[in-house]
Amino acid sequence: MIGSKVERTEDKKFITGKGRYTADITLHGQSYAFFIRSPHARAKIKKVDIAKALKAPGVVSILTGEDIVKDKIGGLIAGWKIVSKDGTDMKLPAHPPLAHEQVNYVGDHVAVVIAESLEEAKNAAELVTVDYKVLKAVVNTADAMNSENIYDGIDKNLCFDWELGDKAKTDEAFSKADQIVEIKLTNNRLVPNAMEPRASIGDYNSSSDQLTLYTTSQNPHLTRLVISAFNGVHPEHKFRVVAPDVGGGFGSKIYPYAEDVVVAWAAKKIGRPVKWVCERTDSFLSDCHGRDHVTHAKLAVQKDGKVTGLHVDTIANLGGYGSLFATVTPTYLYAPLILGLYDIPTAYCNVKAVFTNTAPVDAYRGAGRPEATYLIERIMDQAARELGMDRAEFRKKNFITKFPHQQCLVHNIDSGDYNAHFNKALELADYKGFAKRKAESAAKGKLRGIGFSTYIEACGIAPSSVVMSIGAGVGLWESAEVRFNATGNISVFTGAHSHGQGHATTFAQIVSDKLGVPMENIDLVHGDTDKGPFGMGTYGSRSLAVGGSAITKACDKIIEKGKKVAAHMLEANPDEIEFKDGEFIVPNSNKKKTIGEIAFACYLPGTYGEIKSPLPEGVEPGLKETAFYDPINFSFPAGSHICEVEVDPDTGETKVVTYSCVDDFGNLINPMIVEGQVHGGLAQGIGQALYENAHYDETGQLVTASYMDYTMPRADNFPEFRIEYTCTPATSNPLGVKGCGEAGAIASPPCVMNAVIDAIGTDVSMPATSEKVWSALKNKTNSEKKVA
Amino acid sequence: MKAFNYHSASSVKEATKLASSNSAYLSGGMTMIPSMKMRLANYKDVIDVKKIKDLHGIKVTSKSVVIGAATKHADVANSKEVQKAIPSLSSLASRIGDAQVRNRGTLGGSIANNDPTACYPSACLALNAIIHTSDRKIEAEKFFKGMFETALKKGELITAVEFQIPEKSHYFKFPNPASRYAMVGVYVAKHKSGVHVAITGAQSVVYREKNMEKALNDNFSASALNGISIDTSELNSDIHASAEYRASLILSSAKKAVEHCK
Amino acid sequence: MKEVTLEVNGKKVTKQIQDHTLLSTFVRDQLNLTGTHIGCDTSQCGACVVHVDGKSVKSCTLLVADIDGSKVTTIEGLSQNGELHPMQAAFKKHHGLQCGYCTPGMIMSSVDLLQNKKNPSDEEIREWLEGNICRCTGYQNIVAAVKEAAKNS
Repeated sequence: MIGSKVERTEDKKFITGKGRYTADITLHGQSYAFFIRSPHARAKIKKVDIAKALKAPGVVSILTGEDIVKDKIGGLIAGWKIVSKDGTDMKLPAHPPLAHEQVNYVGDHVAVVIAESLEEAKNAAELVTVDYKVLKAVVNTADAMNSENIYDGIDKNLCFDWELGDKAKTDEAFSKADQIVEIKLTNNRLVPNAMEPRASIGDYNSSSDQLTLYTTSQNPHLTRLVISAFNGVHPEHKFRVVAPDVGGGFGSKIYPYAEDVVVAWAAKKIGRPVKWVCERTDSFLSDCHGRDHVTHAKLAVQKDGKVTGLHVDTIANLGGYGSLFATVTPTYLYAPLILGLYDIPTAYCNVKAVFTNTAPVDAYRGAGRPEATYLIERIMDQAARELGMDRAEFRKKNFITKFPHQQCLVHNIDSGDYNAHFNKALELADYKGFAKRKAESAAKGKLRGIGFSTYIEACGIAPSSVVMSIGAGVGLWESAEVRFNATGNISVFTGAHSHGQGHATTFAQIVSDKLGVPMENIDLVHGDTDKGPFGMGTYGSRSLAVGGSAITKACDKIIEKGKKVAAHMLEANPDEIEFKDGEFIVPNSNKKKTIGEIAFACYLPGTYGEIKSPLPEGVEPGLKETAFYDPINFSFPAGSHICEVEVDPDTGETKVVTYSCVDDFGNLINPMIVEGQVHGGLAQGIGQALYENAHYDETGQLVTASYMDYTMPRADNFPEFRIEYTCTPATSNPLGVKGCGEAGAIASPPCVMNAVIDAIGTDVSMPATSEKVWSALKNKTNSEKKVA
Repeated sequence: MKAFNYHSASSVKEATKLASSNSAYLSGGMTMIPSMKMRLANYKDVIDVKKIKDLHGIKVTSKSVVIGAATKHADVANSKEVQKAIPSLSSLASRIGDAQVRNRGTLGGSIANNDPTACYPSACLALNAIIHTSDRKIEAEKFFKGMFETALKKGELITAVEFQIPEKSHYFKFPNPASRYAMVGVYVAKHKSGVHVAITGAQSVVYREKNMEKALNDNFSASALNGISIDTSELNSDIHASAEYRASLILSSAKKAVEHCK
Repeated sequence: MKEVTLEVNGKKVTKQIQDHTLLSTFVRDQLNLTGTHIGCDTSQCGACVVHVDGKSVKSCTLLVADIDGSKVTTIEGLSQNGELHPMQAAFKKHHGLQCGYCTPGMIMSSVDLLQNKKNPSDEEIREWLEGNICRCTGYQNIVAAVKEAAKNS
């Protein structure tokens, strides 16, 4: 099955409306929660008056920050400790699930109203009066360090001032460079916008002391761990977290939010199920956002086009608090990747992470790697232009060509063939025919440009010993259990979580091939802490490389045990048993047992009438194996993307007219699913380049808080994508897979922007909206006139 | 959404009788229901006017097209008669909102709401429309007063809109990339009596661009618009388009509208 | 409160409703047809699209009181006698869905497209789907699915 375009087994429920998302769950006696959020970006809370609201019809309870303090509910955490270059730990403000003294962004949680119906909760919420002392908001990323301190004790609003690389060596490379290329970039803030808004239902049984939280999570075990260990809501062994069908995540559902904590706590407190479903406007305000970097970069280049050094200074906006993966995203997920897939001998990267009065920023599809790729690919283009070299040739000249390759910053890249995908992409995009197409566009009055982008990711996140040595609060291994049932079919449990990725299909393909059992006899169980082993969830293109490997390992253990049992039943030596296509065979004989027979024997060990299935001595009954897989290295997907845009110079309207990509994801298990992942990533990346922007005004109000103002890409925004692959298998996991979920979102923003800049002949920032492009063209014409 | 009493009126008389200071007429509801859901608007009584027979139907004469106020955008878009008489009008209707909005939203609702970025108000101004109401007939020129503000009195109900058939016309919309409403929409109509250029999306309320009309009256061609300067002082400026950019869009859209007139 | 009678997925239902009940809330909460999803509050995402009297509409922007007596088809009513509707089958075949959240609305909208246009071009499909937002698929496989369904229906 591996390598086949198998139709997804999970699809039928979704296409017939039988999916079961959190909001679809109704519990007997449930109450409804509505959160009162801060309308101010920064304010002191003087008083929260709930007296009148408490008397409103249908109100069950109203909880505020004071109750959080009283009940000693812990704050939300940042799970990755970053140490500043001066050796001090990062600085974090307290992040209570309901604000107690201060609110720090529009949408920050102030109180929760719980009522018999959502409508009554909303009605009562209108009667709650909050007395604020409004303070001046800090909004702008670049200015945050020069603004008033938001938090006492956090000087310059600086969470950390971190560095990576050899500064002295890099400075030296620049002092010897023939040419220094400089670029200033903004990586625009995005709202992840999974189509399913977040939701949570808390359910507490006071007799059994069992607390259950149904929630929209990519990572239910982590949610349980955090809410238990850090928020102190309920002990882990009495706490079940269920993430049923989840409608997309893209990073925004990796970590528990304030609402999850409050709903779980409130359900316990009031002794009734509490249901909360986010509305889209509140999603815009309170889901963690993505990106938001301001970067100044320099590239040292020799006359012959060889890059000799890279120096990067980045300011990363963390928003109002330090969210769970917020601190690793602009550091270890970003800086090591700024080298792209180029052989750059030395580099230095400084990242200053700042707090502002905006929604917290955390991992969003690609997390750090899109920002890194945007930077290196934009500056490479800029350098080629300044050197007067062909942009494609300039890239090729600097590619890493020998593997394994130890980069100058962190990563040791095990495998790849960058010229292979780049050359294939040039063909796929018909680079040679571009001049003709440009002329055709010009005849229609349109400006056509071509853009290149190559990328490398560090996926398969991640080797635990490595990540824990650089601040991770958890290991990033993955777990699996492969459980044969007595009747010969298989339940596979994974700690990864599928919310669109199609794990039920891909993982079953692996198990089917490994164990020789047909797909229809394999079922995947995930998303419930009471069912599967502890797992680390799905993000960072890790599920297959790490979770799939854990499954592979568990399958190997099954086979190993099966051999012992088969040998006993077939009166052979376990060492001589071969396992192939679901059968245990004694070579050079007709003696064999199917794996189903072995499973049966394992569950019915002994002799009972017709049943004769004794187990060998010392072998336990049952056939299920658990495996935890900790990768030995990251995996390094890479690829080359080429796109063409057409710009209407009258209006600045820009359309991506062709998009071609060749990716190296190592081995592909299900090419159909892989292709879907690439499509989705491209749409989000093109969205970032041309359309999407979370815009706060100077007072910290989110202006783009609905689909009326935040441009979500629609079907008519895209051309048909052309997708091909090359393959150099990963050596860091038994499947040889590298990860494909984020590639599209990583490669496409610089690809599109390089094409736009090529078309209009001047710089423009993301998103290249029609007005920005129009205005860039106008400024260019004006300055050309001045020169003339 | 806050609770209200729903009434379905079967005649104009019944509808106006039900109206009070705390009521609203409901037609397609495409703006009204979202506003009520977000609690931006609350009413005690919601009076559905869609079942009133007199508010439906399309009548075409040699001079005009009269469309019942409760006629859906999809019905205007798909009407063979409208397509023949005023193709620009059916084409405008075919690009309002999305397919589902067009299956519910109505002409009367759109005009009564008078969203500054809606398409239909520009059709009314460009096509010399007369707005028929429960009480009177109002010329389009006098109907659109300001942002979300019309000449309608409390309880007055639009029953139909009478559009004058032009010699030729075209509507060009440059949509807001997010909402897909008009960031700028220019409706050019050449009547015997003169050219009308109505612009929506650009100011707080739909308006006629008299400079362009003058230029096109002299010479009905896109080139006649070259060099026309557009006063930016009254133009909207927001995160999607500055006043200056809107001015440029008005010009380029007007040219496209003229070029495509038929 | 009001009593309404509708034909939902071929079955007649009579229910008491509050005057301001939205169709989306009604099918989800009162009829347990949770395949109709809510993805936004401004009538733009299209996750809630159902058919009323054969035409696609956004059920989150529609009062039940307003459609008393109508025929409603939700995603749950699309397949007949256990057979997938050609549009459903095409979405599965072409991997036209990932997380599945936008899918019911996307399918209901696409079915209506084919009622209006038998053999739409790629461009016409993409334009028609303007009112349906998908964050997962990049739309390409949805377009392929709609074309396949057009061929098969």
